[in-house]
Amino acid sequence: MKLRNCGNFFLGLPAFVWLLIFYALPAIVVFFIAFKPVDSNGGIGDGWTLRAIQELKDPSYPAIMWRTFWQGIVSTFVCIAVSIPICYQLARIPSVKVKNFFLLLIVVPFWTNFLIRIYAWKVFLHPDGALKHLLVWMGVIPQSTMLLYNQWAVLAVMIYTYIPFAVLPIYSVSEKFDFSLLDAAKDLGASSFYAFRKVFLPGISKGVLTAVMVVLIPAFGAYLIPDLVGGKDSHLVGDMIARRVFVDRNLPHASALSAVLMIAVFLPLVAFIWFRKIFGSKSSDDPRLQLKQQDTKQRLGSSLLFTPENGISQTQQKGEEANE
Amino acid sequence: MKFFRKNRGAAQSRFPMLITLLTLIFLYTPLVMVVIASFNASKYGGSWVGFSLIWYDKLFHHDVIWNALLNTLIIAFFSTFFSTVLGTLAALYLYRTKSKFKSIYSTLIYTPLIVPDILMGISLLMLFVLVISVCGGWVSSLLGINMHLGFTTIIIAHITFCLSYVTMVVLARLQEFDHSLIEAAQDLGASSLYIFFKVTLPIIMPGIIAGALFAFTLSIDDFVITFFVKGAGDTTLPIYIQSAMRRGTPAVINALSVIFLVLTFVFVFGTQKLLSRKKS
Repeated sequence: MKLRNCGNFFLGLPAFVWLLIFYALPAIVVFFIAFKPVDSNGGIGDGWTLRAIQELKDPSYPAIMWRTFWQGIVSTFVCIAVSIPICYQLARIPSVKVKNFFLLLIVVPFWTNFLIRIYAWKVFLHPDGALKHLLVWMGVIPQSTMLLYNQWAVLAVMIYTYIPFAVLPIYSVSEKFDFSLLDAAKDLGASSFYAFRKVFLPGISKGVLTAVMVVLIPAFGAYLIPDLVGGKDSHLVGDMIARRVFVDRNLPHASALSAVLMIAVFLPLVAFIWFRKIFGSKSSDDPRLQLKQQDTKQRLGSSLLFTPENGISQTQQKGEEANE
Repeated sequence: MKFFRKNRGAAQSRFPMLITLLTLIFLYTPLVMVVIASFNASKYGGSWVGFSLIWYDKLFHHDVIWNALLNTLIIAFFSTFFSTVLGTLAALYLYRTKSKFKSIYSTLIYTPLIVPDILMGISLLMLFVLVISVCGGWVSSLLGINMHLGFTTIIIAHITFCLSYVTMVVLARLQEFDHSLIEAAQDLGASSLYIFFKVTLPIIMPGIIAGALFAFTLSIDDFVITFFVKGAGDTTLPIYIQSAMRRGTPAVINALSVIFLVLTFVFVFGTQKLLSRKKS
């Protein structure tokens, strides 16, 4: 047994050391460099200074940070709100062929190069493009309005690029969801929507939580999207960091900003890991978990007996039927 | 529609299907526009001038793009190889270990999956800049090696972010295979090493290949991390595409996008067919 543990240790060592050096250590280096001065070549000077931290008080930053925050929240909300009905629909399609076809259609944008998808929006919102011509012709907007290079374009492209990321984890739990629970709920007198709310949504909550993480955290760190389809008034923290590195050549300041973003990302991450610990393990092959799921079904069933939608007579009827 | 009639019971809400269709339209309209634009003879998009394959022709003869593609493939090859090896080892460790260290290890392996690219890119850049500024001088005089940002740093960066994906895929495969096969082999007296090479490895090989493919795709697609850690003159295909995109919407990129889309479709359909055949 001891030999086996030794063997395991060496198996895991290379990846661990690699990530320690090239993932954990760089994060610490970022905090470290935030306290260094800039040198004339755009590199790092000697000694220490609080200058970069003080520069964080830049008046334009609060607006940028607020915009990053609300755009992240809104994108996440829209992506989840859209993904839930989609996954509900997809998981219910009885024909496997049709189901796979739709799934494929959703997955192809997920696998398509990120840049290409942003590019597609640059074409779509192009001042000389079909959509612009259509909107002007319909009288919705004047000729002079630019569809691109503003914060709404950024938001739209963020939602566009993140929807497939939200769909996949929600779909994988929807697939495993036992839809007979919903039929049971309706038999017990719940309306479609009530069953959806009280049975389906809690059932897929783990997938939704994962989807929130997978959209929110990359959204907070969005760089390419504001850089390519945003304008002067739609900077987000991500593309500010890039500007500081490549345009201003101010690495310590970029580090300071990155440190702020790291903290902003770290908090939801920790919350997520904590939530996962509370809601149990991932593996659904665990027989103990399967027993737990059986338990849950019984508990859900009994809790539905006491819904306001039910007449007491229906409860009595169900009780009689169950006893037969 | 057939699949509606099959659903029994009370009237099914059409709302989810409506959302699904609207979302699909939303997802594909910009892509369809790019496909149309790629065949548009006009250079500036917008009005349709006439059908033309000129942009595909220009793409085919575009030396800079071919060079960028070559760089991308070289980087992807090395990154895939090393990240697959490291990732598989990590997956094996996570599968077999029962130690309390497992959760720390898992956190380290899995958090790179959701950390934003820019944080990974900038932190690696800072590490490299620091190391180069501290060690560059004496390494250069002692070993004659000039340390700089370049292919090496790009490959290191790619290995770092691909590793976790490989581990995730291989571990999933490890968890779903029948452990009783191993126990049977052990009962028959086979040594651990023999079991590993003759039983475990062949069974998880599809997972390793899937992980390698995943790593390869991530590496060729990566822009942000590559952008931060590359040297001044290095170009990969995404780097080229982005620099072209900053200047607007050059028509050649339309053609390139369509090629990407077609390849993605083929890739996704192909793997789907492969997976369904393996299952049956």
